[in-house]
Amino acid sequence: MSENKTQAVKIEISNLKKQFGNNQVLTGFNLSIRKGESLCLIGTSGCGKSVALKCLIGLVSADSGSIKVDGHETIGQSRAENEALLRRFGMTFQFGALFDSLPIWENVTFRLRQKEKLSKKIAREIAGDIINQLGLAPHVLDLFPAELSGGMQKRAAIARAIADKPEILLFDEPTSGLDPITSGVINDLILNSVNRLGATTLTISHDMASVRQIADTVAMIHQGQIIWCGPVADMHDTGIAEVDQFVNGKAYGPLTSNPPDTNVAQHSEMPV
Amino acid sequence: MIGFVQSLGASVLALSRMIGGIVLFTTIALRWVLVPPFYGRQIVRQMVDIGYYSLPVVGLTTLFSGMVLALQSYTGFARFSAEDTVATVVVLSITRELGPVLAGLMVAGRVGASIAAEIGTMRVTDQIDALDTLSTRPMQYLVGPRIIAGIVCLPILVLIGDIIGVFGGYLVGVYNLDFNASVYLSKTLEFLEFEDVFIGLVKAAIFGFIITLMGCYHGYYSGRGAEGVGKATTNAVVSASILILIANYTVTALFFG
Ligand SMILES: Nc1ncnc2c1ncn2[C@@H]1O[C@H](COP(=O)(O)OP(=O)(O)O)[C@@H](O)[C@H]1O
Ligand SMILES: [Mg+2]
Repeated sequence: MSENKTQAVKIEISNLKKQFGNNQVLTGFNLSIRKGESLCLIGTSGCGKSVALKCLIGLVSADSGSIKVDGHETIGQSRAENEALLRRFGMTFQFGALFDSLPIWENVTFRLRQKEKLSKKIAREIAGDIINQLGLAPHVLDLFPAELSGGMQKRAAIARAIADKPEILLFDEPTSGLDPITSGVINDLILNSVNRLGATTLTISHDMASVRQIADTVAMIHQGQIIWCGPVADMHDTGIAEVDQFVNGKAYGPLTSNPPDTNVAQHSEMPV
Repeated sequence: MIGFVQSLGASVLALSRMIGGIVLFTTIALRWVLVPPFYGRQIVRQMVDIGYYSLPVVGLTTLFSGMVLALQSYTGFARFSAEDTVATVVVLSITRELGPVLAGLMVAGRVGASIAAEIGTMRVTDQIDALDTLSTRPMQYLVGPRIIAGIVCLPILVLIGDIIGVFGGYLVGVYNLDFNASVYLSKTLEFLEFEDVFIGLVKAAIFGFIITLMGCYHGYYSGRGAEGVGKATTNAVVSASILILIANYTVTALFFG
Protein backbone atom coordinates (compact mmCIF):
# COMPACT_ATOMS: atom_id res chain seq x y z
CA MET A 1 0.00 0.00 0.00
CA SER A 2 1.20 3.47 -0.72
CA GLU A 3 2.48 5.56 2.16
CA ASN A 4 1.82 9.05 0.91
CA LYS A 5 -1.93 9.26 1.22
CA THR A 6 -3.31 12.65 2.28
CA GLN A 7 -6.77 14.10 2.66
CA ALA A 8 -6.64 16.45 -0.35
CA VAL A 9 -8.89 15.29 -3.19
CA LYS A 10 -6.92 14.81 -6.41
CA ILE A 11 -9.61 13.50 -8.75
CA GLU A 12 -13.34 13.98 -8.37
CA ILE A 13 -15.61 12.27 -10.88
CA SER A 14 -19.33 12.96 -10.53
CA ASN A 15 -22.34 11.60 -12.34
CA LEU A 16 -20.36 10.60 -15.41
CA LYS A 17 -22.41 9.15 -18.25
CA LYS A 18 -21.31 7.53 -21.47
CA GLN A 19 -23.09 5.40 -24.01
CA PHE A 20 -22.01 3.85 -27.31
CA GLY A 21 -25.06 3.57 -29.56
CA ASN A 22 -27.64 1.92 -27.32
CA ASN A 23 -25.06 0.48 -25.01
CA GLN A 24 -25.14 2.52 -21.79
CA VAL A 25 -21.71 1.91 -20.37
CA LEU A 26 -21.47 4.53 -17.61
CA THR A 27 -24.74 5.52 -15.97
CA GLY A 28 -23.83 8.03 -13.29
CA PHE A 29 -20.32 7.11 -12.25
CA ASN A 30 -18.98 8.78 -9.09
CA LEU A 31 -15.48 8.39 -7.74
CA SER A 32 -13.19 10.46 -5.62
CA ILE A 33 -9.47 9.81 -5.27
CA ARG A 34 -7.25 11.51 -2.72
CA LYS A 35 -3.77 12.75 -3.44
CA GLY A 36 -1.23 9.94 -3.09
CA GLU A 37 -3.91 7.29 -2.75
CA SER A 38 -3.77 3.95 -4.54
CA LEU A 39 -7.26 3.04 -5.65
CA CYS A 40 -8.23 -0.20 -7.35
CA LEU A 41 -11.24 -0.33 -9.61
CA ILE A 42 -12.79 -3.78 -9.88
CA GLY A 43 -15.74 -5.15 -11.84
CA THR A 44 -16.74 -7.83 -14.33
CA SER A 45 -15.35 -7.81 -17.86
CA GLY A 46 -17.04 -5.36 -20.17
CA CYS A 47 -18.61 -3.34 -17.36
CA GLY A 48 -16.88 -0.13 -18.43
CA LYS A 49 -13.68 0.08 -16.39
CA SER A 50 -11.45 0.90 -19.34
CA VAL A 51 -14.00 3.36 -20.69
CA ALA A 52 -14.08 5.15 -17.32
CA LEU A 53 -10.29 5.45 -17.38
CA LYS A 54 -10.30 6.78 -20.94
CA CYS A 55 -13.01 9.32 -20.05
CA LEU A 56 -10.88 10.50 -17.14
CA ILE A 57 -8.05 11.56 -19.45
CA GLY A 58 -10.25 12.70 -22.31
CA LEU A 59 -9.44 9.90 -24.77
CA VAL A 60 -13.16 9.12 -24.81
CA SER A 61 -15.46 12.11 -24.45
CA ALA A 62 -18.12 11.62 -21.81
CA ASP A 63 -21.76 12.40 -22.64
CA SER A 64 -22.31 14.29 -19.40
CA GLY A 65 -21.02 14.65 -15.86
CA SER A 66 -18.04 16.28 -14.28
CA ILE A 67 -14.40 15.34 -13.84
CA LYS A 68 -12.23 17.56 -11.69
CA VAL A 69 -8.49 17.18 -11.37
CA ASP A 70 -7.09 19.32 -8.52
CA GLY A 71 -10.45 21.09 -8.48
CA HIS A 72 -10.22 22.04 -12.15
CA GLU A 73 -13.05 20.90 -14.42
CA THR A 74 -11.70 18.92 -17.37
CA ILE A 75 -14.85 18.13 -19.29
CA GLY A 76 -15.41 20.54 -22.15
CA GLN A 77 -11.91 21.96 -21.95
CA SER A 78 -10.02 22.97 -25.07
CA ARG A 79 -7.70 20.65 -26.93
CA ALA A 80 -4.65 22.52 -25.68
CA GLU A 81 -5.87 22.24 -22.08
CA ASN A 82 -6.45 18.54 -22.56
CA GLU A 83 -2.94 18.09 -23.93
CA ALA A 84 -1.59 19.86 -20.87
CA LEU A 85 -3.71 17.61 -18.64
CA LEU A 86 -2.45 14.47 -20.37
CA ARG A 87 1.12 15.42 -19.57
CA ARG A 88 0.34 15.00 -15.88
CA PHE A 89 -0.82 11.42 -16.38
CA GLY A 90 1.02 8.22 -17.10
CA MET A 91 -1.01 5.31 -18.35
CA THR A 92 -0.62 1.68 -19.28
CA PHE A 93 -3.20 0.06 -21.49
CA GLN A 94 -4.89 -3.29 -21.06
CA PHE A 95 -2.95 -4.84 -23.94
CA GLY A 96 0.28 -2.93 -23.49
CA ALA A 97 -0.07 -0.69 -26.53
CA LEU A 98 3.69 -0.49 -26.99
CA PHE A 99 4.57 0.92 -30.40
CA ASP A 100 5.28 -2.07 -32.65
CA SER A 101 7.57 -0.16 -34.95
CA LEU A 102 9.93 1.14 -32.26
CA PRO A 103 12.47 -0.70 -30.10
CA ILE A 104 11.91 -0.72 -26.35
CA TRP A 105 14.31 2.13 -25.59
CA GLU A 106 12.45 4.40 -27.98
CA ASN A 107 9.13 3.29 -26.54
CA VAL A 108 10.26 4.05 -23.00
CA THR A 109 11.70 7.47 -23.78
CA PHE A 110 8.99 8.42 -26.27
CA ARG A 111 7.46 11.20 -24.21
CA LEU A 112 10.78 12.53 -22.92
CA ARG A 113 11.97 12.88 -26.48
CA GLN A 114 8.83 14.76 -27.49
CA LYS A 115 9.60 17.32 -24.80
CA GLU A 116 13.28 17.87 -25.38
CA LYS A 117 15.96 16.85 -27.84
CA LEU A 118 17.89 13.95 -26.32
CA SER A 119 20.81 12.33 -28.05
CA LYS A 120 20.37 8.64 -28.75
CA LYS A 121 23.08 7.82 -26.24
CA ILE A 122 21.49 9.76 -23.37
CA ALA A 123 18.01 8.50 -24.20
CA ARG A 124 19.25 4.91 -24.15
CA GLU A 125 20.94 5.51 -20.79
CA ILE A 126 17.75 6.89 -19.30
CA ALA A 127 15.73 4.00 -20.72
CA GLY A 128 18.31 1.55 -19.40
CA ASP A 129 17.98 2.99 -15.87
CA ILE A 130 14.22 2.75 -15.90
CA ILE A 131 13.94 -0.77 -17.24
CA ASN A 132 16.62 -1.83 -14.81
CA GLN A 133 14.40 -0.65 -11.94
CA LEU A 134 11.68 -2.84 -13.43
CA GLY A 135 13.94 -5.86 -13.53
CA LEU A 136 14.49 -6.01 -17.28
CA ALA A 137 17.94 -6.82 -18.67
CA PRO A 138 19.78 -4.17 -20.73
CA HIS A 139 19.65 -6.20 -23.95
CA VAL A 140 15.86 -5.72 -23.95
CA LEU A 141 16.44 -2.08 -24.93
CA ASP A 142 17.04 -3.02 -28.54
CA LEU A 143 14.27 -5.57 -28.88
CA PHE A 144 10.93 -4.81 -30.47
CA PRO A 145 7.67 -5.30 -28.52
CA ALA A 146 6.76 -8.40 -30.52
CA GLU A 147 9.95 -10.06 -29.33
CA LEU A 148 9.02 -9.77 -25.64
CA SER A 149 6.95 -12.13 -23.51
CA GLY A 150 3.65 -10.87 -22.09
CA GLY A 151 5.20 -10.15 -18.70
CA MET A 152 8.11 -8.26 -20.22
CA GLN A 153 5.73 -6.23 -22.37
CA LYS A 154 3.75 -5.23 -19.29
CA ARG A 155 6.94 -4.14 -17.57
CA ALA A 156 8.07 -2.17 -20.60
CA ALA A 157 4.66 -0.50 -20.73
CA ILE A 158 4.96 0.45 -17.07
CA ALA A 159 8.46 1.77 -17.75
CA ARG A 160 7.04 3.97 -20.50
CA ALA A 161 4.24 5.21 -18.23
CA ILE A 162 6.51 6.20 -15.34
CA ALA A 163 9.49 7.44 -17.39
CA ASP A 164 8.39 11.06 -17.30
CA LYS A 165 7.49 10.93 -13.56
CA PRO A 166 3.78 11.77 -13.87
CA GLU A 167 1.63 12.92 -10.93
CA ILE A 168 -1.15 10.47 -11.65
CA LEU A 169 -0.71 6.90 -12.80
CA LEU A 170 -3.38 4.80 -14.44
CA PHE A 171 -2.83 1.07 -14.86
CA ASP A 172 -5.34 -0.90 -16.89
CA GLU A 173 -5.13 -4.56 -15.83
CA PRO A 174 -1.38 -4.58 -15.28
CA THR A 175 -1.33 -8.20 -14.11
CA SER A 176 -3.99 -9.85 -16.24
CA GLY A 177 -2.77 -12.88 -18.14
CA LEU A 178 0.39 -13.21 -16.07
CA ASP A 179 1.51 -16.05 -13.82
CA PRO A 180 1.24 -15.34 -10.07
CA ILE A 181 4.97 -14.82 -9.65
CA THR A 182 5.26 -12.26 -12.44
CA SER A 183 2.09 -10.65 -11.10
CA GLY A 184 3.74 -10.36 -7.72
CA VAL A 185 6.77 -8.74 -9.30
CA ILE A 186 4.58 -6.25 -11.14
CA ASN A 187 2.66 -5.42 -7.99
CA ASP A 188 5.92 -4.67 -6.23
CA LEU A 189 7.03 -2.54 -9.14
CA ILE A 190 3.82 -0.55 -9.05
CA LEU A 191 4.11 -0.02 -5.30
CA ASN A 192 7.77 0.93 -5.51
CA SER A 193 7.34 3.33 -8.36
CA VAL A 194 4.29 4.85 -6.77
CA ASN A 195 5.97 5.35 -3.44
CA ARG A 196 9.02 6.78 -5.10
CA LEU A 197 7.06 9.19 -7.29
CA GLY A 198 4.44 9.97 -4.67
CA ALA A 199 1.91 9.54 -7.44
CA THR A 200 -1.83 9.12 -7.15
CA THR A 201 -2.72 5.78 -8.66
CA LEU A 202 -5.81 4.26 -10.21
CA THR A 203 -5.46 0.61 -11.12
CA ILE A 204 -8.00 -1.57 -12.86
CA SER A 205 -7.71 -5.17 -11.81
CA HIS A 206 -9.53 -8.47 -11.78
CA ASP A 207 -6.88 -10.01 -9.70
CA MET A 208 -7.88 -9.98 -6.03
CA ALA A 209 -4.40 -10.97 -4.81
CA SER A 210 -3.01 -7.96 -6.59
CA VAL A 211 -5.76 -5.71 -5.25
CA ARG A 212 -4.99 -6.76 -1.69
CA GLN A 213 -1.35 -5.98 -2.25
CA ILE A 214 -1.50 -2.58 -3.92
CA ALA A 215 -4.79 -0.93 -2.96
CA ASP A 216 -5.54 1.55 -0.19
CA THR A 217 -9.09 1.83 -1.42
CA VAL A 218 -11.24 -0.44 -3.56
CA ALA A 219 -14.15 0.63 -5.72
CA MET A 220 -16.46 -1.77 -7.48
CA ILE A 221 -18.29 -0.84 -10.64
CA HIS A 222 -21.52 -2.57 -11.62
CA GLN A 223 -24.01 -1.56 -14.29
CA GLY A 224 -22.12 1.63 -14.97
CA GLN A 225 -21.99 2.88 -11.38
CA ILE A 226 -19.79 2.53 -8.35
CA ILE A 227 -21.75 0.27 -6.00
CA TRP A 228 -19.18 0.18 -3.26
CA CYS A 229 -16.06 2.11 -2.38
CA GLY A 230 -14.08 1.66 0.80
CA PRO A 231 -10.80 0.69 2.44
CA VAL A 232 -9.30 -2.53 1.13
CA ALA A 233 -9.60 -4.12 4.60
CA ASP A 234 -13.37 -3.77 4.50
CA MET A 235 -13.99 -5.39 1.15
CA HIS A 236 -14.84 -8.79 2.56
CA ASP A 237 -17.80 -7.68 4.60
CA THR A 238 -19.60 -5.01 2.68
CA GLY A 239 -22.99 -6.70 2.90
CA ILE A 240 -23.42 -6.11 -0.84
CA ALA A 241 -24.06 -9.35 -2.70
CA GLU A 242 -22.29 -8.30 -5.91
CA VAL A 243 -19.14 -7.19 -4.13
CA ASP A 244 -19.12 -10.33 -2.02
CA GLN A 245 -19.48 -12.54 -5.08
CA PHE A 246 -16.74 -10.74 -6.99
CA VAL A 247 -14.26 -10.49 -4.16
CA ASN A 248 -14.66 -14.13 -3.28
CA GLY A 249 -14.88 -15.35 -6.86
CA LYS A 250 -18.17 -17.21 -6.50
CA ALA A 251 -19.75 -18.64 -9.65
CA TYR A 252 -23.31 -18.10 -8.43
CA GLY A 253 -24.77 -14.79 -7.36
CA PRO A 254 -26.22 -11.62 -8.82
CA LEU A 255 -23.35 -11.19 -11.32
CA THR A 256 -23.22 -13.12 -14.59
CA SER A 257 -19.92 -13.74 -16.27
CA ASN A 258 -21.00 -12.96 -19.83
CA PRO A 259 -22.43 -9.49 -20.18
CA PRO A 260 -24.45 -9.05 -23.40
CA ASP A 261 -22.13 -7.87 -26.13
CA THR A 262 -23.85 -5.06 -27.93
CA ASN A 263 -21.02 -4.54 -30.38
CA VAL A 264 -22.02 -7.27 -32.75
CA ALA A 265 -24.30 -4.77 -34.47
CA GLN A 266 -21.30 -2.57 -35.21
CA HIS A 267 -19.81 -5.10 -37.57
CA SER A 268 -22.91 -5.67 -39.65
CA GLU A 269 -23.09 -2.06 -40.79
CA MET A 270 -23.31 -1.59 -44.54
CA PRO A 271 -20.01 -0.76 -46.16
CA VAL A 272 -20.14 2.58 -47.93
CA MET B 1 -41.34 -0.52 -50.66
CA ILE B 2 -40.98 1.28 -47.35
CA GLY B 3 -38.11 -1.03 -46.54
CA PHE B 4 -36.41 -0.09 -49.77
CA VAL B 5 -36.87 3.65 -49.19
CA GLN B 6 -35.63 3.24 -45.65
CA SER B 7 -32.49 1.41 -46.66
CA LEU B 8 -31.90 3.88 -49.49
CA GLY B 9 -32.23 6.74 -47.01
CA ALA B 10 -29.92 4.98 -44.59
CA SER B 11 -27.26 4.50 -47.28
CA VAL B 12 -27.51 8.14 -48.35
CA LEU B 13 -27.15 9.21 -44.72
CA ALA B 14 -24.22 6.89 -44.17
CA LEU B 15 -22.56 8.12 -47.35
CA SER B 16 -22.97 11.77 -46.42
CA ARG B 17 -21.69 11.04 -42.93
CA MET B 18 -18.64 9.39 -44.44
CA ILE B 19 -17.99 12.28 -46.84
CA GLY B 20 -18.35 14.76 -43.97
CA GLY B 21 -16.04 12.62 -41.87
CA ILE B 22 -13.40 12.48 -44.60
CA VAL B 23 -13.54 16.25 -45.19
CA LEU B 24 -13.15 16.91 -41.46
CA PHE B 25 -10.35 14.35 -41.20
CA THR B 26 -8.53 15.94 -44.14
CA THR B 27 -8.87 19.44 -42.70
CA ILE B 28 -7.45 18.36 -39.36
CA ALA B 29 -4.63 16.37 -40.95
CA LEU B 30 -3.60 19.25 -43.23
CA ARG B 31 -3.78 21.71 -40.40
CA TRP B 32 -1.29 19.70 -38.35
CA VAL B 33 1.02 19.31 -41.32
CA LEU B 34 1.72 23.04 -41.14
CA VAL B 35 2.44 23.25 -37.40
CA PRO B 36 5.60 22.09 -35.60
CA PRO B 37 6.84 19.63 -34.44
CA PHE B 38 7.65 18.26 -37.89
CA TYR B 39 8.34 14.57 -37.84
CA GLY B 40 11.13 14.51 -40.43
CA ARG B 41 12.18 10.97 -39.64
CA GLN B 42 8.64 9.73 -40.09
CA ILE B 43 8.36 11.48 -43.44
CA VAL B 44 11.59 9.90 -44.67
CA ARG B 45 10.50 6.48 -43.45
CA GLN B 46 7.18 6.81 -45.23
CA MET B 47 8.86 7.98 -48.43
CA VAL B 48 10.97 4.87 -48.42
CA ASP B 49 7.92 2.68 -47.75
CA ILE B 50 5.59 4.36 -50.20
CA GLY B 51 8.01 5.45 -52.90
CA TYR B 52 11.10 3.29 -52.96
CA TYR B 53 9.44 -0.05 -52.27
CA SER B 54 6.76 0.64 -54.89
CA LEU B 55 9.36 1.00 -57.66
CA PRO B 56 9.39 -2.67 -58.74
CA VAL B 57 5.60 -2.88 -58.92
CA VAL B 58 5.25 0.38 -60.83
CA GLY B 59 8.23 -0.38 -63.07
CA LEU B 60 6.93 -3.82 -64.09
CA THR B 61 3.40 -2.56 -64.64
CA THR B 62 4.40 0.31 -66.89
CA LEU B 63 7.05 -1.74 -68.72
CA PHE B 64 4.55 -4.37 -69.85
CA SER B 65 1.88 -1.79 -70.52
CA GLY B 66 4.23 0.12 -72.81
CA MET B 67 5.13 -3.12 -74.57
CA VAL B 68 1.58 -4.28 -75.15
CA LEU B 69 0.57 -0.79 -76.20
CA ALA B 70 3.19 -0.81 -78.97
CA LEU B 71 1.99 -4.21 -80.20
CA GLN B 72 -1.69 -3.30 -80.14
CA SER B 73 -1.40 0.14 -81.69
CA TYR B 74 0.81 -1.32 -84.43
CA THR B 75 -1.87 -3.89 -85.27
CA GLY B 76 -4.54 -1.20 -85.31
CA PHE B 77 -2.70 1.51 -87.20
CA ALA B 78 -1.27 -0.91 -89.76
CA ARG B 79 -4.83 -1.34 -91.04
CA PHE B 80 -4.76 2.18 -92.42
CA SER B 81 -1.03 2.37 -93.03
CA ALA B 82 -0.26 4.66 -90.14
CA GLU B 83 2.33 2.39 -88.47
CA ASP B 84 4.77 5.23 -87.93
CA THR B 85 2.46 6.82 -85.33
CA VAL B 86 3.12 3.95 -82.90
CA ALA B 87 5.85 5.77 -81.02
CA THR B 88 3.68 8.86 -80.57
CA VAL B 89 0.66 6.85 -79.48
CA VAL B 90 2.75 4.98 -76.91
CA VAL B 91 4.34 8.04 -75.36
CA LEU B 92 1.13 10.07 -75.20
CA SER B 93 -0.94 7.21 -73.76
CA ILE B 94 1.69 6.43 -71.18
CA THR B 95 2.39 9.95 -69.96
CA ARG B 96 -1.16 11.24 -70.02
CA GLU B 97 -3.17 8.24 -68.88
CA LEU B 98 -1.64 4.85 -68.31
CA GLY B 99 1.39 5.90 -66.31
CA PRO B 100 -0.45 7.79 -63.60
CA VAL B 101 -3.55 5.57 -63.52
CA LEU B 102 -1.76 2.24 -63.49
CA ALA B 103 0.82 3.43 -60.98
CA GLY B 104 -1.97 4.95 -58.88
CA LEU B 105 -4.01 1.75 -58.85
CA MET B 106 -1.03 -0.49 -58.13
CA VAL B 107 0.17 1.76 -55.31
CA ALA B 108 -3.39 1.97 -53.98
CA GLY B 109 -3.36 -1.81 -53.63
CA ARG B 110 0.06 -1.98 -52.08
CA VAL B 111 0.33 1.15 -49.96
CA GLY B 112 -3.33 1.93 -49.25
CA ALA B 113 -3.75 -1.54 -47.78
CA SER B 114 -0.62 -1.47 -45.69
CA ILE B 115 -1.33 2.00 -44.28
CA ALA B 116 -4.88 1.00 -43.33
CA ALA B 117 -3.66 -2.24 -41.76
CA GLU B 118 -0.88 -0.55 -39.81
CA ILE B 119 -2.95 2.35 -38.49
CA GLY B 120 -5.97 0.09 -37.96
CA THR B 121 -3.86 -2.26 -35.85
CA MET B 122 -2.57 0.70 -33.87
CA ARG B 123 -6.19 1.75 -33.30
CA VAL B 124 -7.45 -1.61 -32.09
CA THR B 125 -4.43 -2.19 -29.85
CA ASP B 126 -4.77 1.28 -28.27
CA GLN B 127 -1.45 2.48 -29.69
CA ILE B 128 -3.19 5.58 -31.05
CA ASP B 129 -4.57 6.39 -27.61
CA ALA B 130 -1.11 5.73 -26.21
CA LEU B 131 0.31 8.39 -28.54
CA ASP B 132 -2.11 10.90 -27.06
CA THR B 133 -0.99 10.03 -23.55
CA LEU B 134 2.64 10.49 -24.62
CA SER B 135 2.28 14.12 -25.70
CA THR B 136 2.03 13.31 -29.39
CA ARG B 137 -0.89 14.15 -31.67
CA PRO B 138 -1.70 11.00 -33.65
CA MET B 139 -2.98 13.04 -36.59
CA GLN B 140 0.32 14.87 -36.76
CA TYR B 141 2.57 11.91 -36.12
CA LEU B 142 0.81 9.22 -38.16
CA VAL B 143 -1.35 10.89 -40.78
CA GLY B 144 0.62 14.00 -41.79
CA PRO B 145 3.89 12.25 -42.75
CA ARG B 146 2.06 9.62 -44.80
CA ILE B 147 0.07 12.17 -46.76
CA ILE B 148 3.16 14.29 -47.45
CA ALA B 149 5.09 11.21 -48.56
CA GLY B 150 2.23 10.19 -50.84
CA ILE B 151 1.99 13.59 -52.51
CA VAL B 152 5.75 13.77 -53.03
CA CYS B 153 6.45 10.16 -54.03
CA LEU B 154 3.72 9.40 -56.54
CA PRO B 155 4.85 11.99 -59.12
CA ILE B 156 8.41 10.68 -58.87
CA LEU B 157 7.19 7.11 -59.25
CA VAL B 158 5.07 8.08 -62.23
CA LEU B 159 7.90 9.95 -63.90
CA ILE B 160 10.10 6.88 -63.59
CA GLY B 161 7.17 4.70 -64.70
CA ASP B 162 6.66 6.93 -67.75
CA ILE B 163 10.25 6.47 -68.81
CA ILE B 164 10.12 2.71 -68.28
CA GLY B 165 6.81 2.45 -70.15
CA VAL B 166 8.14 4.38 -73.13
CA PHE B 167 11.23 2.19 -73.03
CA GLY B 168 8.98 -0.90 -73.11
CA GLY B 169 7.32 0.45 -76.25
CA TYR B 170 10.73 1.16 -77.73
CA LEU B 171 11.90 -2.42 -77.07
CA VAL B 172 8.91 -3.90 -78.83
CA GLY B 173 9.04 -1.30 -81.59
CA VAL B 174 12.71 -1.80 -82.39
CA TYR B 175 13.25 -5.49 -81.69
CA ASN B 176 9.85 -6.89 -82.59
CA LEU B 177 8.28 -4.52 -85.08
CA ASP B 178 11.58 -3.60 -86.78
CA PHE B 179 11.39 0.15 -86.40
CA ASN B 180 14.61 2.03 -86.85
CA ALA B 181 15.86 2.91 -83.36
CA SER B 182 16.66 6.56 -83.96
CA VAL B 183 13.47 7.14 -85.96
CA TYR B 184 11.42 5.61 -83.13
CA LEU B 185 13.12 7.85 -80.60
CA SER B 186 12.65 11.03 -82.61
CA LYS B 187 8.99 10.15 -83.21
CA THR B 188 8.63 9.62 -79.49
CA LEU B 189 9.85 13.14 -78.75
CA GLU B 190 8.44 14.91 -81.81
CA PHE B 191 4.86 15.44 -80.64
CA LEU B 192 5.41 15.17 -76.92
CA GLU B 193 4.67 18.39 -75.08
CA PHE B 194 5.67 19.43 -71.62
CA GLU B 195 1.99 19.65 -70.74
CA ASP B 196 1.43 15.93 -71.38
CA VAL B 197 4.00 14.92 -68.79
CA PHE B 198 3.06 17.70 -66.41
CA ILE B 199 -0.64 16.80 -66.34
CA GLY B 200 0.34 13.21 -65.61
CA LEU B 201 2.44 14.31 -62.67
CA VAL B 202 -0.29 16.55 -61.31
CA LYS B 203 -2.63 13.58 -61.48
CA ALA B 204 -0.03 11.47 -59.70
CA ALA B 205 0.22 13.95 -56.83
CA ILE B 206 -3.56 13.91 -56.48
CA PHE B 207 -3.59 10.10 -56.52
CA GLY B 208 -0.84 10.03 -53.89
CA PHE B 209 -3.00 12.23 -51.70
CA ILE B 210 -6.07 10.05 -52.27
CA ILE B 211 -4.25 6.77 -51.55
CA THR B 212 -2.61 7.87 -48.33
CA LEU B 213 -5.70 9.74 -47.15
CA MET B 214 -7.94 6.70 -47.68
CA GLY B 215 -5.44 4.40 -45.98
CA CYS B 216 -5.15 6.71 -42.98
CA TYR B 217 -8.86 7.49 -42.74
CA HIS B 218 -10.07 3.89 -42.84
CA GLY B 219 -7.29 2.74 -40.53
CA TYR B 220 -7.93 5.56 -38.06
CA TYR B 221 -11.62 4.73 -37.79
CA SER B 222 -11.09 1.00 -37.99
CA GLY B 223 -13.74 -1.14 -36.30
CA ARG B 224 -12.70 -3.27 -33.39
CA GLY B 225 -10.74 -6.49 -33.59
CA ALA B 226 -9.05 -8.24 -36.49
CA GLU B 227 -12.27 -8.14 -38.46
CA GLY B 228 -12.38 -4.36 -38.14
CA VAL B 229 -8.83 -4.03 -39.47
CA GLY B 230 -9.59 -6.38 -42.37
CA LYS B 231 -12.58 -4.29 -43.34
CA ALA B 232 -10.60 -1.07 -43.04
CA THR B 233 -7.98 -2.48 -45.40
CA THR B 234 -10.52 -3.51 -48.02
CA ASN B 235 -12.38 -0.21 -47.77
CA ALA B 236 -9.15 1.75 -48.12
CA VAL B 237 -8.16 -0.02 -51.34
CA VAL B 238 -11.62 0.02 -52.89
CA SER B 239 -12.36 3.65 -52.08
CA ALA B 240 -8.89 4.81 -53.16
CA SER B 241 -9.20 2.96 -56.50
CA ILE B 242 -12.64 4.38 -57.24
CA LEU B 243 -11.63 7.90 -56.24
CA ILE B 244 -8.52 7.64 -58.44
CA LEU B 245 -10.63 6.80 -61.48
CA ILE B 246 -13.09 9.61 -60.72
CA ALA B 247 -10.29 12.12 -60.10
CA ASN B 248 -8.54 11.01 -63.27
CA TYR B 249 -11.61 11.73 -65.37
CA THR B 250 -12.23 15.04 -63.60
CA VAL B 251 -8.68 16.30 -64.05
CA THR B 252 -8.58 15.23 -67.69
CA ALA B 253 -11.91 16.93 -68.38
CA LEU B 254 -10.78 20.11 -66.62
CA PHE B 255 -7.39 20.39 -68.32
CA PHE B 256 -8.20 19.01 -71.77
CA GLY B 257 -11.95 19.59 -71.92
N1 LIG C 1 -14.90 2.54 -28.73
C1 LIG C 1 -15.98 1.81 -28.39
N2 LIG C 1 -17.04 1.73 -29.22
C2 LIG C 1 -18.13 1.03 -28.88
N3 LIG C 1 -18.26 0.34 -27.74
C3 LIG C 1 -17.24 0.38 -26.86
C4 LIG C 1 -16.05 1.11 -27.14
N4 LIG C 1 -15.20 0.96 -26.09
C5 LIG C 1 -15.85 0.18 -25.21
N5 LIG C 1 -17.06 -0.19 -25.65
C6 LIG C 1 -18.05 -1.02 -24.94
O1 LIG C 1 -18.15 -0.52 -23.64
C7 LIG C 1 -18.29 -1.58 -22.71
C8 LIG C 1 -17.24 -1.47 -21.65
O2 LIG C 1 -15.97 -1.76 -22.21
P1 LIG C 1 -14.65 -1.70 -21.35
O3 LIG C 1 -14.62 -0.44 -20.59
O4 LIG C 1 -13.53 -1.98 -22.29
O5 LIG C 1 -14.82 -2.93 -20.35
P2 LIG C 1 -13.87 -3.39 -19.19
O6 LIG C 1 -14.59 -3.10 -17.93
O7 LIG C 1 -13.67 -4.86 -19.37
O8 LIG C 1 -12.59 -2.63 -19.32
C9 LIG C 1 -18.23 -2.86 -23.51
O9 LIG C 1 -19.56 -3.30 -23.75
C10 LIG C 1 -17.56 -2.45 -24.77
O10 LIG C 1 -17.99 -3.27 -25.81
MG1 LIG D 1 -10.80 -3.15 -19.89
